[in-house]
Amino acid sequence: MVDGKPLVSIVSAGLSKFGKREGLYARELFAEAVKEAFDRCPRLEPKRDVKAMFVGHMGEAYEHQGHTGAAAADWAGLLNIPATRTEAACASSGAALLSGVYAVLSGLADVVLVGGVEKMTHRSTAEVTEYLAMASDYPFEQWHGITFPGLYALMATAHMHAYGTTEVQMAHVAVKNHYHGSLNPKAQMQKEITLEAALTSRVVASPLKLYDCSLITDGASCLILTKPELARRFTDQPVHIIGAGQASDSIGLYERQSLTSLQATKLAAQKAYQMAQVKPEDVDVAEVHDCFTIAEIIAYEDIGFCRAGEGGKLAESGETRLGGRLPVNTSGGLKAKGHPVGATGTAQAYEIYLQLTGQAERRQVKDARVGLTHNVGGSGATATVHIYRSET
Amino acid sequence: MSTEAPFTIEQFYKFLAQGKLMAGKCMRCGKIHLPPRPLCDNCHGQEFAWMEISGKGTLVSFTVIHIAPQQFQASAPYAVGIMQLENGLKLPGMITGVPHEQLRIGMALTVDFGACTAAQPWPQWPRYCFKPA
Ligand SMILES: CC(C)(COP(=O)(O)OP(=O)(O)OC[C@H]1O[C@@H](n2cnc3c(N)ncnc32)[C@H](O)[C@@H]1OP(=O)(O)O)[C@@H](O)C(=O)NCCC(=O)NCCS
Ligand SMILES: [Zn+2]
Repeated sequence: MVDGKPLVSIVSAGLSKFGKREGLYARELFAEAVKEAFDRCPRLEPKRDVKAMFVGHMGEAYEHQGHTGAAAADWAGLLNIPATRTEAACASSGAALLSGVYAVLSGLADVVLVGGVEKMTHRSTAEVTEYLAMASDYPFEQWHGITFPGLYALMATAHMHAYGTTEVQMAHVAVKNHYHGSLNPKAQMQKEITLEAALTSRVVASPLKLYDCSLITDGASCLILTKPELARRFTDQPVHIIGAGQASDSIGLYERQSLTSLQATKLAAQKAYQMAQVKPEDVDVAEVHDCFTIAEIIAYEDIGFCRAGEGGKLAESGETRLGGRLPVNTSGGLKAKGHPVGATGTAQAYEIYLQLTGQAERRQVKDARVGLTHNVGGSGATATVHIYRSET
Repeated sequence: MSTEAPFTIEQFYKFLAQGKLMAGKCMRCGKIHLPPRPLCDNCHGQEFAWMEISGKGTLVSFTVIHIAPQQFQASAPYAVGIMQLENGLKLPGMITGVPHEQLRIGMALTVDFGACTAAQPWPQWPRYCFKPA
């Protein structure tokens, strides 16, 4: 039994459809997620109740548009309240969520809207590759032509060398997440793939191939947080956040002690587990940062779902597939649901919210009570981990 | 060897253009920083000395990049890696002069200085690369 003390409660959540959303601007996508969160929570009177906003957004290069906090508040119909953009690369909305937790716990804002957004698909792959790389070290990584897939490829090569992890094991992550995506009507890719297709797809940065990579996606997500003692005013089915951790590491991958593990993930997870009084084996369902298949394998190890070096075997075992011991990325993950970078952290929380309130439909994990989300920025210079439990 | 030069990334690249791989050594705790920094991340010391370090080392990881950012499109596919220098510090960079299928973790490499120069206004950093030792 887990009864970690609630820090804050999620009383509603919204997610736009993920995919190629032609003709939409980021703030319009954000409004789509906000609409769902408002619709789900008829007892909330947004203009009266919401006291602050934090919005994750990685890059102004995509739409030539920064200052996302105010723009998102404007299009959410919530002008006048403090609205701030948080930026931590692909962990921008994981950071928004933690900022919301701080705000509610501080007592300065008792209802807070947190979320994130990114509009990417109108740009060419070369442009997106360049904008994403801005989250890595410029003088030593970008300057020498190292891309994001390149950084994770360096980790993959090192992990394979150190532990014998294989391309087949990595492909299993892709097959599983595409299967989960096929059950999610909001996922960008809703088709299953075969192991064979994954293994023969074209190389992006060796050993990573097309199906080892997450997608370029348009999308937005949001959550409404409040104090646990107020949660029942807004919903009969709150989900409580019982642990929260964030950590940072060197901006350059090359400066790290290890290329096969993310220290920021380990530290964030330790903090969250300790706060929640939860152990890895208590987790019923998790959304981890599978920006590349190797990243999910390393996440299993760093979060404590298996020992160092055994992530590849866990991927292969089927235990993290729906129906397994610990389903991971039931939404389809960044791999198949998609990865609108600034929106990803709170999109992961959205999935856990559905799972812990029994609303995940065809991908519902039976009796899920404890959930975990893990969101990574860049090659691991930021990581956030949040732990959730249902009311009952 | 100590000079008045500031302990900056800009200065690191200036030395590199002269064919020297230079690191900053913290006078308080002895930590060697590559690239140099103005504040020691270990002891918060603020006094440093320049030291020249060997450009020889071994490859600790590598990848061949096929999908490149705009300014590297013409070079793709190209190999990049992280090299561990003789003093234990690591540096990333492009690897040239090795057929891609012959890249191996542990292979001996050396830093090749000023392999090309930058034509743009900022930054005017030379691009070193790694070649077989
Ligand atoms: C992998 C990647 C380079 C592919 O881009 P691309 O070569 O331009 O591919 P295209 O967009 O032309 O798509 C070609 C086909 O592959 C599919 N596809 C694209 N990316 C895919 C992916 N990651 N996985 C599976 N299929 C993918 C497309 O749907 C399209 O299919 P279709 O022909 O049936 O319509 C790109 O998706 C990418 O950069 N992903 C990583 C994003 C990233 O780094 N995020 C940040 C992580 S920290
Ligand atoms: Zn020092």
